[in-house]
Order: sequence, then C-alpha cells, then structure tokens
Amino acid sequence: MTIAQKGRWLVIVGLVLLGGVYVRALAFTPVERFQGPAQKIFYVHVPSAVTTELAVILLGLAGVFYLFLKDPRLDRFAESSAEVGTVFAGIVLTTGPIWGKPIWGTWWTWDARLTSTLFLFFLLMGYQVLRGAITDDGLRARYSAVLGSCAVVLVGFIHLSVYLFPTLHPQPIVLKPSKPSLPPEMLLTLLLSFGVFLLLFTGFVMQRYAIATRRAEAFHG
Amino acid sequence: MRELWRQAWTIAHKDLTLEFRSRTAIVSALVFTALVLTVFNFGRDPTAVSTLDLAPSILWVTFTFAAMLALNRAFQLELENQALEGLLISPLDRRSLYWGKLLANLAFVVVVEAVGLPLFVLFFNVAVGHVLLPLLAVIALATVGFVAVGTLFSAMVVRTRFAELLLPVVLFPFLLLPLTYAVQATARLLAGRPLSEVAGWLRLLAAYDIVFVAVASWLFPYTVEE
Amino acid sequence: MVALDDVSFSLTAGQTLAIFGPNGAGKTTLLKVLAGLIRPQAGSARVAGGRSAIGWIGHQSHLYGHLSVRENLLFWASLYGVPRAARGARATDVLARLSLTDRAEQPAWSLSRGLVQRAAIAKALIHDPQVLLLDEPFTGLDLAAAGELRSLLGALRGAGRVVVLATHNVDEGAELATDVAFQVRGRFVQYEPRGGRGPAEIADAYRRAVGETEGGRHA
Repeated sequence: MTIAQKGRWLVIVGLVLLGGVYVRALAFTPVERFQGPAQKIFYVHVPSAVTTELAVILLGLAGVFYLFLKDPRLDRFAESSAEVGTVFAGIVLTTGPIWGKPIWGTWWTWDARLTSTLFLFFLLMGYQVLRGAITDDGLRARYSAVLGSCAVVLVGFIHLSVYLFPTLHPQPIVLKPSKPSLPPEMLLTLLLSFGVFLLLFTGFVMQRYAIATRRAEAFHG
Repeated sequence: MRELWRQAWTIAHKDLTLEFRSRTAIVSALVFTALVLTVFNFGRDPTAVSTLDLAPSILWVTFTFAAMLALNRAFQLELENQALEGLLISPLDRRSLYWGKLLANLAFVVVVEAVGLPLFVLFFNVAVGHVLLPLLAVIALATVGFVAVGTLFSAMVVRTRFAELLLPVVLFPFLLLPLTYAVQATARLLAGRPLSEVAGWLRLLAAYDIVFVAVASWLFPYTVEE
Repeated sequence: MVALDDVSFSLTAGQTLAIFGPNGAGKTTLLKVLAGLIRPQAGSARVAGGRSAIGWIGHQSHLYGHLSVRENLLFWASLYGVPRAARGARATDVLARLSLTDRAEQPAWSLSRGLVQRAAIAKALIHDPQVLLLDEPFTGLDLAAAGELRSLLGALRGAGRVVVLATHNVDEGAELATDVAFQVRGRFVQYEPRGGRGPAEIADAYRRAVGETEGGRHA
C-alpha cells in the first residue's frame, strides 16, 4: 500500500474509533460533578491541544534535522505536520469557547491551555505564510527549518510560562507529579481519546505527505 | 573569538554610521513613537480608567513598533547597497554578521526608547523614579529578546516579496512572549509591588534572551547560505 | 537546466584565465562557485588562502552609498583583515593607482557609473589578494579607464597573482590571458593555453566554437 492509502485507512479507522470514544464518553463515562455535561468536550479539546503541540514539535525537529541532512522529505513532512496541526489548533480554539461559555460565562479566557494553543496557532500561521512567500524549494525548506527550530524552542518557553501564570483553567490534572486526579473511567476515556487523535494525526499527515511528494515529482518531472 | 567581536563591531559601526548619515529610519521611528504616545494620551479619559492599568501596555506597544522599524531596516540596507554578496564573499564570519546587525539594531532601538520613556513619563504622569533601575532592566532585557529573534528573521524575509508585511507575521509569537513578561513586570513595578514579585519575570526574560540569542546566532548562517 | 557541467581546471601563480561565453553560459555561476558563494552539487572548488585571498569584481558594486570612497575601502580592508595601522596607507595607495584620489571623500552614491566601477576595482585590490575573480569588469569603463585596468591586470599577472576573467566580449580579455576557455551552456567547449595567438585569432576560434555548439545558428 502506498503512503496515501495507508494514511486513508488510518483516518477511516480513527474516525470510527472516534465515534466509539464518543459513545463511551457520552453514555458510559460519569458526568463531572461541577461542570455538568458540557465538560465532555474535554475529551476532544484536550487531545486536540496535545496533538497541536505535537505537530509543532515535529515540524521543528524535522527542521533541525533538515539543516543537518538536507533531505527534502524532512521538509515535506514538516509542511504536512504544519497543515494538519493547524486543523487541530482550530479544533481547540473552537471547542475551548464552547466549553467555556456554559462553565465560566465568557467565550474566551486567557487561561493556560487556550493561550498556549493560540500561540501555537500563530506559530503555525507564520510558518505557513513564510512558506507561501518563497518560491524556491531549497530556500523555502531551509528558511522553514530555521523558523521551525525557533518554534520548538518557543514551545518550551510557553510551557514554562504556563506554570507561572495564575489561571482560570483547571490545573493540570493528568500530567502532574502526583497521581492523576481523574476518576479511572474518565482517565480511560481520555487516554483512549488521545490514542484516537494520534491515529488521526498520523493518518492525515501521511495523506498530506503523499500529496507533497506527488507535487514535488510533478514539478521536477 | 576576539576576531569575531572585531568583525561584529566593524559591521555595527558601519551600520550606525550609515544610519546616522541618512537618518531616514531613526527619524521615522522617533516621530512614530511620539505620535503613538500622543494619540494614546488624547484617546484616554483620565477620569475613567486609571493610568496605571493601561500604562504598561501603551509603553510596550510603542517600543514594539519602534523595534519593528529598526528590524526592517537592517538587511534592507544591504540589499539596497548591493553589498550582501560582498559580505558573503569576504572572510567575514557569518555569526559576526549576525552579532554586528544585532548590536546595530539594539543601538537603534535603545535610542528610540531613550526618547520614548521620558515622553511616556511626561504624558502619562507615571512615577518611575523609585523603580527606574529595575524598569530599565526590564526594558533592556525585553528589547534584547525582540531584537535577537527579529534580526534572524529579518535576514530571511528580506529576500521574499513582502518583506515588511511578512516580518511582523512571522515574528509575532516571538514578540508576544517577551512582551507579556515585560508588561507583567512593568505593571508590577509601576504599581509599587515589591521587587520579589518582579524578580520572576526578570528571570524569565533573562532566560529567554540567553536562549534565543544563542539559538539565533547558531541558526543565522543558514539564512544567508546553504 | 544545468548551470555548470563538468568543469574542471586548476591554476597557479601568474596565470590569467579568460573565460569567454555568451550570456547565460554559466560564467557568473562558475565565478560564484570559485568565490564560495554557491556550493556545487558535485565536485568542489578550492582557493589557496581561502576567502581572504580573493578579490572580486562583479555586477554589484559592494559599495555603501552614504560612505565615502575612502570609508568604503577602509571598511572592506577591515573585514579582510588588513591591520589597522596599514589600512590608511593601503587605501591611499590603491586610490592613487585607480586615479580616484580627488574623489576619495565623495559619497559613493554621487559617483558616475565608470567611477563606481573603478572604486569597485579599488575595493577588490585593497587587501592585496592572491586571486582575482572578475565578472565583466570592463562594463561602464571608458577607453582610458579600460586601458588602465588592462595594464593593472598585466601588472598583477607579473606579480604572480592568479586572475580569472569572465566576459562575453572576446575583444576585451584576449591579450591579457595566459589561458583561454570558451564556455557555452555550462560546459567548457575549449580550454587551452593562449599560445602565441592574437585577439583576432581567438575571436575567430570563439565564434567557431560557439557557432558549432549552437548548431550553426551564429555566423
């Protein structure tokens, strides 16, 4: 199977599983005490945020490797990761307000997760705008790699800052030094959701990568 | 090492000489700064909103715009004078080129800030005397942060079609972070909070500076050649 | 489309290579590879002494408009590692050699095309390079200045420098060369010592070489 075909399969499987996770989330996972049913968006919102960050880190690492190895495939991968990451960022930035409105009464809050995802969104936008402005393949790959490398470093600082900002957002409840403070059924649903989103991310990136490869071949003949 | 500094200084000196002679960018930046501060001053209702709430943001918006003007000028200069090729053919170390441009940009922005800060104090009637030293530290650290990354990116965008438009878009998240730290620190300083509260922000700014100057310096050669 | 194709040569002190070829033949690309500006996809270029040993004259002047001619020279001298104490004297000397002394304090933007070219030549020579790479150096020079440049290049050859001169105008570099190459579409279609040939002979050989390669389109 070609990469594109494998990618398509992953996406189909992922979407089916996503449906499954949602059934589980809505019917078989307890409703959260303080936030009510609206809290269930958490199972889409959180994994999307993590996936966005993963997308940025991957494109950054691909960039760093590109500077050493100069392999155009790394650049195509970075390009794909950026586009797919933007989609997931969009999901976070729309589900966030949808979650926030019933619970906190406002559409937007400057809380840790939304703010950091907004940063990631701006990084992804800047990255793609830069790519769009350069016609030469080699130059574009090199400049994207430079920008991507800076982006990865910035992500580190964003994390650092998040822990230092007072915030409205629920404090980290899973990746904490102490045990996760979610009840087991919710934790399981969340982990399943992470897995599914990872699957979807991989599938989409593979398909997008295949498009990038075909485009490069068509251009160079 | 010494040679690197010498070359960087040669570049910076040349840039500053050219800027001093043509004066186009520095005058625009100074006029712009005064304009922004004046507009903000007229725009506010002194009875409605406490100055202290808005002051830090106004100060930093002004400084950020000035920094953008400086950054655009740096490599544009080389392109206009058709000299970049010459610099790359010479034995000039690429990192020295970065450091030289960084120094020149910093000098430029510092001049604008040196005029902007007193104007700010004048218009907004903010007491800065007792916190002057820490405030200057915040300004210095944040400026290094913007300019370090901005110098790197300006080398890239100068070869694209929409350089002046592209630079702010690409630089935006890298400006936003140190800007946030700076505004937080400035707000606390102007509000008379104890220095211990500000120390954390200063440390973050310093860390940002050290990391990004190193990263930008390492990446810069890739922007000018393969 | 290949800019350079299977070009290979080496030069030692005292040789002057003239590369003749039509526009788009890849002459500038070749010089840029020699200068280290472009990294070739295959093969390598090495110049003994590295970048400090190279003097370049190309399409861009490398002069800063708002600096005077002398200031430009001092700047480049500094970058090329000329010791501070020697810079002033070298600048004066090279300005005199190129008859620019009375224009030395003028800003570069105020110079005419021909003077800019002369100043660019001065800049290339300020650090006494072992190797000179010249891309269409006679552009913009009047007859007198061109003559001066020719005698200057002759003196450099005599002093054991290596000169690589690229031009589309066969009449310009022929008598200076010790070796002659014809470059068409990236390849050296001929490369041999000048021997005793005069400019007219070389021009003929060039027209024949270019004509053959271009499929007889040229007369």
